[in-house]
Amino acid sequence: MKLRLTTLALGAVMAAGPVMADLVFPSLSYRTGAYAANGIPFADGYEDYFTLLNERDGGIGGVPVRVIECETGYNTEKGVECYESTKGEGSLVYQPLSTGITYQLIPKATADGIPVHSMGYGRTSAKNGEVFRNIFNYPANYWDGASVAIKHLLEQNGGDLSGKKIALVYHNSAYGKEPIRTLEELGKKHGYELMLLPVDHPGQEQKSQWLQVRRERPDYVIMYGWGVMNSVAIQEAVNIRFPMENFIGIWWSGSENDVLPAGAGADGYKALTFHNLGDDYPLYDDLRKYVVDAGKAAGAGDQLGTALYNRGMYAAMLAAEAAKTAQEIHGTKDITPAMMRDGMEALVIDEAKMESLGLPNFGPEFAASCENHGGDGRGAVAQWDAEAGEWNMITDYIDTDQEVISALIEEDSSAYASENNITPGCD
Amino acid sequence: MPDQLLFAMEVTLNGLMAGVLYALVALGFVLIFKASGIFNYAQGVMALFAAATLVGIMDGQVPFSHLINATLGTDLHHFGWHVPALLAILVTVVVMIVLAWLVQRLVMRHLVNQEPIILFMATIGLAYFLEGLSDLMWGSEIKTLDVGLPQGINETIDQITYDMFGYGFFIDNLDIVATVIAGILVIALMAFNQYTREGRALRAVADDHQAALSVGISLNFVWVLVWSLAGFVALVAGVMWGAKSGVQFSLSLIALKALPVLMLGGFTSIPGAIVGGLIIGVGEKLFEFLLGPALGGATENWFAYVLALVFLVFRPQGLFGEKIIERV
Repeated sequence: MKLRLTTLALGAVMAAGPVMADLVFPSLSYRTGAYAANGIPFADGYEDYFTLLNERDGGIGGVPVRVIECETGYNTEKGVECYESTKGEGSLVYQPLSTGITYQLIPKATADGIPVHSMGYGRTSAKNGEVFRNIFNYPANYWDGASVAIKHLLEQNGGDLSGKKIALVYHNSAYGKEPIRTLEELGKKHGYELMLLPVDHPGQEQKSQWLQVRRERPDYVIMYGWGVMNSVAIQEAVNIRFPMENFIGIWWSGSENDVLPAGAGADGYKALTFHNLGDDYPLYDDLRKYVVDAGKAAGAGDQLGTALYNRGMYAAMLAAEAAKTAQEIHGTKDITPAMMRDGMEALVIDEAKMESLGLPNFGPEFAASCENHGGDGRGAVAQWDAEAGEWNMITDYIDTDQEVISALIEEDSSAYASENNITPGCD
Repeated sequence: MPDQLLFAMEVTLNGLMAGVLYALVALGFVLIFKASGIFNYAQGVMALFAAATLVGIMDGQVPFSHLINATLGTDLHHFGWHVPALLAILVTVVVMIVLAWLVQRLVMRHLVNQEPIILFMATIGLAYFLEGLSDLMWGSEIKTLDVGLPQGINETIDQITYDMFGYGFFIDNLDIVATVIAGILVIALMAFNQYTREGRALRAVADDHQAALSVGISLNFVWVLVWSLAGFVALVAGVMWGAKSGVQFSLSLIALKALPVLMLGGFTSIPGAIVGGLIIGVGEKLFEFLLGPALGGATENWFAYVLALVFLVFRPQGLFGEKIIERV
């Protein structure tokens, strides 16, 4: 009897043919806690894109995608726990969604051979793939952001910023301090004066900083903020009548959540972005048809087209395209994290590909390589239209000052390599 | 007049205004501590809950809509009406009274005679529960709060100071409104304590629970009353802070700004909360103005606590707190 059952079971397995495992994409989300308002749209966008691929295309290369969501609450310890508890599921790539979690995962994921994609955050010098072999941060990083802002101001001032005063209002943390060195170096090159205004976490009280802005009258303010700090800064700028068009936030200071509390006063505020905004793309028709209308949307399904939803969706799109590239390189649909890493390193995003995905002009073109895990660093400037309640991109994707940034990346990544006994190279 | 002196005057005025906002939060702590000896860790979250409830009612939002939709497969979000600010405030006050009654009935009543640390731990639990309840009821997105409060520079003060000194001072209209409201609130609370039967009962309980019980005062009633008052103060603080930043989770962190005020002013004094707030507000703003640039800026958060600690060394019970004498 026992033998007969075993034979039957074996026969059933053989009849089913080769079974491909799911492609696993963990989502380290934060739907609760202080930053939930920002975490929810990103997580929704990330998951909805993979749901679309499953529903419309049967997954990636015919292999279904499985998204494992793990709640971090934007807490570094919880983020590391999420990584440890999901890495054994065959996770292909991690989006830590926090600079603190990214820093913790860099050595762990490298040792485990799992790629990490910290898109527009994390350790900037991870762009150097010869040192950070498993970490990717394309299409742009914090230092690119600083350069895009300065390039935009140069364009507005006929290429000359000499004698201008630029204030940096920043979250007083490792993240907020990231652009200081870049802005100082760019200041030496372009002759502007840099004024530094740190704001302590969480940033609900910024009267001192904005009284100083009022007294010292900088020509422009650049902001590297997060959470409540953004909305309070914009409200205080409105209060002192600082011209909104001279106020530029990094992409983490550029969501609807940041501008809506200030109402009409926020009209004209600018923010950087490395992807396009709104929902006027063919892909969104598919998202509505296959995901939202089918009742399969992540969360409440009410975030489509918001800045952070688009960012999450864009991150998922890059991950899916890297997975496709990995399948092509290795000639197998059932890829491993190591193969995924190869796919991420060989990823090429051009306009033809974006159009074929239903996302024309949605993101900058770039090509990753072993040496370059950060893309070309191009970003654009968006402006808030308070009456319409929408962001509009007002520039094309701007090339950044790689002459300055590359030197800083080389310096920082070399220091990391020597501290961790890494021999840089592409073997 | 030298520019630096003018700037220092402007900073001092703004520090006073900021101090009033800190005091508004501190008042809620004082009310509950004074009547029951409980340090209410949930006071900041109560401000968030009250403000989120106010916005939800004003916008005609269906409470628990995500939960209802997920469970029943419906698509409910709004009732389709907008409630005027004043009516919404009144309804929110009722909600806060119901919350106070529930807190007393379901939590605090069962912890009578427990150590203060147990009561404190209970309020930590309450804080996390209220955070979740607020998200579940009204969603965690950032909400715009518009109850018609004026914001932005006060033109009159700007003009007058410009005419006098050649430099117009910046004072936020919202801060002026907050100052007036805080003043009215303090006077009303003190009058309530002094001249009403319930206020006198509250003071009796604050002085000696057992003695109050022995003369027929209902502890349950007094504690519901005091949690309701703290809920009302939380609503006022939530409206003032929420008007600046939108109603969002970080409103619950305003409690951090109240702690040094309480350390300095004392946990049992309503005027102490106001004076403490003013000293902290002016102290931190002037320190940032005078020494902040030399120290790399962002000194306000830690300096407020240093200032409170300095006061504690000389007056452990705070400026207006009651001196505790225990004889063995």
